[in-house]
Amino acid sequence: MDDALLVVLLLADATIRVATPLVLAAFAALYSERAGVVDIGLEGKMLAGAFFAAAVASYTGSPWLGLGAAVAASVALALVHGFACITHKGNQVVSGMAINILVAGLAPTLAYAWFRQGGQTPLLPGEARLPQIHLPGVEALSGIPVFGPVYRELIDDANVLIWLTVLLVVATHWVFTRSRFGLRLRAVGENPSAVDTAGLSVTRLRYQAVIITGVLTGIAGAYLSTAHGAGFVRDMTAGKGYLALAALIFGKWRPWPTLFACLLFAFTDAVQVRLQGVPLPVVGVIPVQFIQMLPYVLTVLLLAGFVGRAVAPKASGVPYVKER
Amino acid sequence: MAQDAAQGVTGRGFGRPGEVPGWVGYALLPLLNLLAALVLSGLVILVIGENPLDVLALLVTEAVGYPEAIGYTLYYTTSYIFTGLAVAIAFHCGLFNIGGEGQAYLGGLGAGLVGLALTGWPWPVAALGAVALSALFGAVWAAIPGWLQAKRGSHIVITTIMFNFIAAAIMTYLLVDVLIRPGSQSPETREFDPGVWLPTMDRAVGWIGVAIPVSPLNLSFLWALACCALFYLFLWRTRWGYEIRTVGRNERAAVYAGISPARNIILAMAISGALAGFVGVNEIMGVQHRILLNFTGGVGFVGIAVALMGRNHPVGIILAALLFGVLAQGGGQVSFEYPTVNRELVMVIQGLVILFAGALENLFKPRVEALFRRRRGGAAHG
Repeated sequence: MDDALLVVLLLADATIRVATPLVLAAFAALYSERAGVVDIGLEGKMLAGAFFAAAVASYTGSPWLGLGAAVAASVALALVHGFACITHKGNQVVSGMAINILVAGLAPTLAYAWFRQGGQTPLLPGEARLPQIHLPGVEALSGIPVFGPVYRELIDDANVLIWLTVLLVVATHWVFTRSRFGLRLRAVGENPSAVDTAGLSVTRLRYQAVIITGVLTGIAGAYLSTAHGAGFVRDMTAGKGYLALAALIFGKWRPWPTLFACLLFAFTDAVQVRLQGVPLPVVGVIPVQFIQMLPYVLTVLLLAGFVGRAVAPKASGVPYVKER
Repeated sequence: MAQDAAQGVTGRGFGRPGEVPGWVGYALLPLLNLLAALVLSGLVILVIGENPLDVLALLVTEAVGYPEAIGYTLYYTTSYIFTGLAVAIAFHCGLFNIGGEGQAYLGGLGAGLVGLALTGWPWPVAALGAVALSALFGAVWAAIPGWLQAKRGSHIVITTIMFNFIAAAIMTYLLVDVLIRPGSQSPETREFDPGVWLPTMDRAVGWIGVAIPVSPLNLSFLWALACCALFYLFLWRTRWGYEIRTVGRNERAAVYAGISPARNIILAMAISGALAGFVGVNEIMGVQHRILLNFTGGVGFVGIAVALMGRNHPVGIILAALLFGVLAQGGGQVSFEYPTVNRELVMVIQGLVILFAGALENLFKPRVEALFRRRRGGAAHG
């Protein structure tokens, strides 16, 4: 019984740790896409965040400066995206893809030139990584059945960014349902000309949205390299930006369903790791590549089966041209 | 979403120069965008502590400075023409195919299976077989996301990206567990029988008594040029091409005209995948002579840049593919010469070119067009 509980808890713990960057990235895109700016550049912004967080943390020894650098780099890329899509009414998918390819080249290039370790940053020591938050009374509460182990394995010693992500989810729900800013963001993604008519600046609102996207993807990147991992390695985002976008579409551009989709993807990944090399009934041991494929196949199946025709915010992907 | 976005690409600014001379839209603006991308690339080179002009000079010399280098450059160009055409035909149908990488990878599997199966056959048979099977594998791999988009409304940008990952996993499995050369540690198949290798260009022109330096450039270069011609004829001279372009321009109008968007989306994606699959003929039958891990190395993504730079037209695509061939060959050589520069620098330049040629295509447009209008206006008055 206890063993089964422990397996469930470890699985849940792994799910949360894998889900955190997905949630950060998916919620980042939520702001941008609800405001009408499609963003497939999440992957690149996360990768830039991961690289600059690790590079600066490695130079200065401070993970917080690293986090700041990650956010700055990611916001800079978000502004490039905004400049192309909002100011110059360029193609949003192409702009996002350009950012992905640019960073996929830039991060290893800079890492190679600065650290000479084959496109990686040095391994970060413990104090250069973002800390975990140790909760009081773990030993005392351990004895309580169910609650004790849950408290010990799941809630205690979670990374500070995991707590930040929890706050973000709640805050985002509030922003989109209760705040004036959130309602305006939603309006600008559905009907920008109405927002314009009401005397609000479409450009300004959309820039605010992409900047929030930049901040959150930067944090997601910093999580990968300085919280979950201990340094930057090549391609460390490995498609997480795209998975986050899929989660957003699967969640129909709403906060809670998007969170659920992220947790589902992360759970698949956690199960995937545990299934490697384990013989299953009927089929036996499945080759590791097929297990690693699970999150991607699941994405395709979900998009094909459950979502059906995804209804995006109406003005999403369409540059706003003021009537003359 | 992707569809609207891609329509933005085909509908506005692409091949519609407006009231200014045609060459401004086709030549001057792309060159200005390219220049902006190169200036920023130069800044990146400065940041990593090298002299951009020296690096650029070496890059160009190593790419086109001597005959052997030109052969290498054209070998890269060949693959880029295939993926550029692949992205372009999807664009013409209003689709953004990011899956060129996976389609090329599976195309290589198709070509490679022909190479493995045919031993002792003459090479023309093997070449035809490789073309057919690589096209089939690539087409099927692209048609599935096409079908999902057309019938199930799945987001084609996301599904094609997922198919890239799935293709990579399948190929790793096949190369590690199934097709691996017995007794070998590295994940690759045995080498094909030399008789079925696609002849290199130096061998081919040797038959007519011309001697050129040895390079990986092979006969698939000619097939790439033929594909450009076929692409043009198909898209602008056949009914099917007309239907694909109609769907790309305006899906609703297509429905009123009795054209099925679903059928054309699947068709365009299948052709797109087949074109991307031909990368396998160049790489596997022409150069590597065995199937190996990650032989595509980003050609699918370069195809996006090539199609954007080339304005989705075969002639433009040949020129843009040539440019990226120069970057690939020259960039690779630069990384040998400069200890601080590595191969990924090429991706930086590619990303910047996509940014300026694709997303920021309107950056210089209003100013340049205003300049030409003013000049024309001045001439009329004077």
